[in-house]
Amino acid sequence: MYNEKVMNEFSNPQNVGELPDANGVGTVGNATCGDIMKIFMKIDENDVIQDVSFQTFGCAAAIATSSVATRMIKGKTIEEALKVTNRQVVESLGGLPAQKLHCSVLAEEAIKAAVHDYLENYKKQKA
Amino acid sequence: MRKVYLDYSATTPLDECVFEAMKPYFTEKFGNANSLHCFGREGANAVDAARRKIAELLKVKPTEIYFTSGGTESDNWALKGIASAYSQKGKRIIVSSIEHAAMLASAEQLEKSGYDVVYLPVNDMGVVLPEYLEKAITDDTSLVSVMAANNEIGTLQPIKELCEIAHRHGALFHTDAVQAMGSVPVDIRGWNVDLLTFSAHKFYGPKGIGALYIKSGIKPDKFVTGGHQERSMRGGTTNVPAVVGMAEALKLALDNLEDNSSKVKELRDYFVKSIEQRVPYVVYNGDRLHRLPQNANFAFEFIEGESLLLRLDMAGIACSSGSACSSGSLDPSHVLLATGLPIEKAHGSIRFSFGKYTTKEDVDYVIEQVVKAVEDLRKLSPLFSEFKGEKQYV
Repeated sequence: MYNEKVMNEFSNPQNVGELPDANGVGTVGNATCGDIMKIFMKIDENDVIQDVSFQTFGCAAAIATSSVATRMIKGKTIEEALKVTNRQVVESLGGLPAQKLHCSVLAEEAIKAAVHDYLENYKKQKA
Repeated sequence: MRKVYLDYSATTPLDECVFEAMKPYFTEKFGNANSLHCFGREGANAVDAARRKIAELLKVKPTEIYFTSGGTESDNWALKGIASAYSQKGKRIIVSSIEHAAMLASAEQLEKSGYDVVYLPVNDMGVVLPEYLEKAITDDTSLVSVMAANNEIGTLQPIKELCEIAHRHGALFHTDAVQAMGSVPVDIRGWNVDLLTFSAHKFYGPKGIGALYIKSGIKPDKFVTGGHQERSMRGGTTNVPAVVGMAEALKLALDNLEDNSSKVKELRDYFVKSIEQRVPYVVYNGDRLHRLPQNANFAFEFIEGESLLLRLDMAGIACSSGSACSSGSLDPSHVLLATGLPIEKAHGSIRFSFGKYTTKEDVDYVIEQVVKAVEDLRKLSPLFSEFKGEKQYV
């Protein structure tokens, strides 16, 4: 069902867990659908994502897309991170089964949600 | 890497003795059982002998055993064949809500063609209580079908009582005994069922062969039309080696039923006890007492079943989330939902099914790997962090 890249990412996920000093956190999905993705970001004063991590409740595709998405945005500016699309996430995994494509959408949404949280709840408060 | 197969409810390996019994019918005894010449007669004799053997083992008449391609076909035939043949009696069909997809999809088709299909609920253990049927049955019900044992959570159903209720209302009764056959006693005459499905590959026989028991006097419409095979009720060249294999497998299974079942049950019980002791936040799905000896089904809270299944697969362990027939579907198990298990717990459920080749060493290895995989996945789970009330975001 899954290709080797997906299975490798799933078996050795990167950037796992909570970031205690995160200043942007995004959660998308719900347990009823079987997927929850939560992305933590530590963003510096230049809007560069210094560190990023994730926690995911979901299938192998959900875990693999979370992992690869965090790797794609680490060290990037939030502007660059917002440009990451679900299609890029799928491409970097070498494809996903059709019924699992929604997991890559969740990854894109989780990134957006975390950046939004940073802009709305952290940056505004600081300003 | 160690490999452990704990998916015997999906299928079983062919028993070597069964394989030996089948072998000649692939090569030197290859005749078409319907041919008149000596090659054909050789096949026909083997099929007759197999049918007699199966009938004797099940204490029914040979003329009541019809060979099919397996459980799915038998279920389809029973439901659709009876619904159409007995539609004068009425158009109400009653099935349980935890049937195999072979029944549920057939029932849906009947609904579309105007039948009134009623799905019986189950209690939180997955049991169809007789009172549920009492409430649903009417005198225009032509057929009631409730599986003897559930494939996902292993719950055994009170078939005799359910059958009595059906008969009291003049309805016929079918049971899908695919999981029960060869694992627990299946008492066709004692239960007094009218039709019963079973399939060889669940009891160490070959795939692609099953049977429908049809009580004398009951006449479902034909399902597979064609030649004069199976007393003109089911066309198609008889799969002679598979029929021979099924008879041999059933004999082995029933002759050793008590020994195998008690051994399997002992390992299953040890596994269940160990998991419950070592893994926090698990729900043991199904009925602890009225249950197939080979079945264990757990909901591991805060994680999702597929990722656990694949983690275990990476450790060489084969188990299943829901049933093999519904993998590929993203929906959680209809069986678990019918028992009232919340949807997020249903997502995290895994079935382990044990068999006659399972060893204590296998089970010990699986316990260690399950403990580890569940811990790993919970570390990844936002639900588990929230549950533990850890600080999420300052």
